[in-house]
Amino acid sequence: MSQAKVSYKPSEEVDFLIVGSGAAGGVLAKELSTNGFRVVVLEQGPYLTEADFSHDELKVLARHLLTNNPKIQPTTFRQTPEEKARIQSSVLYGRCVGGSSVHFTANFWRFHEIDFVERSKVGEIPGSGFVDWPIRYADLEPYYTKVEWEIGVSGLAGASPFDPPRSKPYPMPPLPVKGSGVIFERAARKLGYHPFPAPMAILSEPRPGRSACVNCGFCLGFGCEVGAKSTALSSVIRMAEKTGRCEIRPNSYVHKIATDKTGRATGVIYFDAKKNEHLQRAKAVVVCANGAETPRLLLLSSSNQFPNGLANSSGLVGKYLMPNSAAMAYGVFDEPLNDYKGFAVSRIFHDFYEMDTQKLGIYGGGGLDARFDPTPIGFAAGALPPGTPRWGKDFKKALHHNFTRTMQIFCHGTSLPIESNSFSLDPEVKDAWGLPALRMTYQDSENDLKLVTWMKDRAMEILDAAGATNKWHQPIASQQFAVHLLGTCRMGADAKSSVINPDHRTHDVPNLFLCDGSSLVTSGRGQPTMTIQALAYRAADRIKALAKQGELLG
Amino acid sequence: MVAAAQHAHQAAATKQSFEVLTPDQAKEVEAIAARIIPTDELPGATEAGVVYFIDRALKTFASDNLARYQTGLAEVNHLATQMFLGVTSFSAATPEQQDKILTELSATQLSQTSSRRRNQAPAGSGFFQTIWYDTVCGFLIDPEGGGNRDFAGWKVIGRDPAHSFSPPFGYYDKDYPGWQPLSTEAGKK
Repeated sequence: MSQAKVSYKPSEEVDFLIVGSGAAGGVLAKELSTNGFRVVVLEQGPYLTEADFSHDELKVLARHLLTNNPKIQPTTFRQTPEEKARIQSSVLYGRCVGGSSVHFTANFWRFHEIDFVERSKVGEIPGSGFVDWPIRYADLEPYYTKVEWEIGVSGLAGASPFDPPRSKPYPMPPLPVKGSGVIFERAARKLGYHPFPAPMAILSEPRPGRSACVNCGFCLGFGCEVGAKSTALSSVIRMAEKTGRCEIRPNSYVHKIATDKTGRATGVIYFDAKKNEHLQRAKAVVVCANGAETPRLLLLSSSNQFPNGLANSSGLVGKYLMPNSAAMAYGVFDEPLNDYKGFAVSRIFHDFYEMDTQKLGIYGGGGLDARFDPTPIGFAAGALPPGTPRWGKDFKKALHHNFTRTMQIFCHGTSLPIESNSFSLDPEVKDAWGLPALRMTYQDSENDLKLVTWMKDRAMEILDAAGATNKWHQPIASQQFAVHLLGTCRMGADAKSSVINPDHRTHDVPNLFLCDGSSLVTSGRGQPTMTIQALAYRAADRIKALAKQGELLG
Repeated sequence: MVAAAQHAHQAAATKQSFEVLTPDQAKEVEAIAARIIPTDELPGATEAGVVYFIDRALKTFASDNLARYQTGLAEVNHLATQMFLGVTSFSAATPEQQDKILTELSATQLSQTSSRRRNQAPAGSGFFQTIWYDTVCGFLIDPEGGGNRDFAGWKVIGRDPAHSFSPPFGYYDKDYPGWQPLSTEAGKK
């Protein structure tokens, strides 16, 4: 940080207040500040940088260096609205400057045309709130390209016959192939599929101030110590700070959006690190707190004027949670892959992106990736074949043989939007600040379970064709833990059936915008961050245009 | 190799003192860890200094678990005296007897972790679950986390301690010719 950082007083009315510094908040901060606006970003977590990151698995993963800590922010879980929720760790999200992009896998798939218009194509799905988006792939395409070039995405344009059209190639070549990628590619081709180099938000070539990936192997779950992972922190946050107009204020836990008598937002109320409350004033508020915390903040902002929560005249705030369906298969091979080296994923395929709904009776689709993501402790605790002795000489033998010879195939799929799958405020449990805890109500639809079961069977066939000496998969069961927090303040043209309009403006509050995973109308095929960031670039353009018209900033 | 390892073990045990464990408790912890990950031609929990990792953990980030260790160790010793006549503690039993004691303990207390949470401590509150997880952590953690002395654990799993790597990484990618499009792909879509 060579530049003098700007800081604003809470009493000073800035142009934009952004809640959350992750994938979307970072992009909006950069776009709005580089266009001359004064911006404050409030981040509930700490401001960590490359020097703070670590390969200590317990510190980073078990002690939540980068993520929400269920000890101070408990969550509750139930499957159906009829049940009483119990305290259970049920969500994972980044809680530091850069948000979840700091620890993510960095799989960076665009959505395809079908994701925006699937309801029209497939027809009604009873029991779901399945609808088309109010925008199309073509509306987002320029922004997908912008994301790739601005933050740095590696990949090979034209390598997948299923890819949607693009206006520009990737800014840099794919990362090197891993053993898991070679094994997957050969076997998948044998079976008639079309594997290709995975697009990843990880640098294959250096950029100013950032190294190319050095393949250290502590990637998923960890912060990148060389800035190669294209996180909000390593890219857009720094561009925003360089303007001298954007303040990133960490350790600031926002719990209420303040409004005036006319129903406009006037700022937000937050706790600082010492739990003192402040009101930061702003002309407009953009909430990018993720698909769990954004609806929670709206619900926490209820008042006499808005008894059901802010921007919730539709009653849909927190509803239609889509965490993406998922299945994981494991294979062990004769020779060492040493797949612990490097990032997680080097090959994927999209042959199942659109399922034959008529033939298979399954709506949706997915993508498969070849990877190895467990770090050593996680490997010993969860990635040995079922039935392996858990202690003693045979346990040790299995660790010795398998760690270098194991790979995974991760099947990522759609989630149907179901209204009862939701985030809400727990009526009893409180967090360490005395605020109502986040309550998750979730049950996978039968369709989603069928889909991942079907994809898991294909993954097992691939491992067979690849000559795995041992293979198994994790049991398929309704999920109780969400990492992709999608759909909970959905976008739509109609104020009765959505929370935000296509400009990301809430239908109810003219100077309140929401942009993050909560904006998504459908779930895509399991890799949402690229789309969240493309939406954020597009939202920034819409907000800039509204601000120019004069009405937004008064 | 085994002799060298034993020498290292004795040297370690005499050199360093413990923060919260009593010498008697430390002896039992070290004995249990040594059966969870025994020493053979490759180092085990003893050579990785697992007992020191656990002691430091109980002093710092895992201090909540100290009481569980105190009760748990007493129970393990009690079980040892119950199962084998004349045996006064777990560490005093023969390795074969120790394995029988752990078999008895682990039958009810070990569970597998699930996918997205695999890096969190496995569910279950039994003492064996706790000491099992702590032993695995002390054996495999990056040494900056206070265990895995001399990369003993990583020697066993075959993880090179370097901080950066260049391809090829292993057997399967070493002769990879580079990504080639399928000839059939040109005409598709």
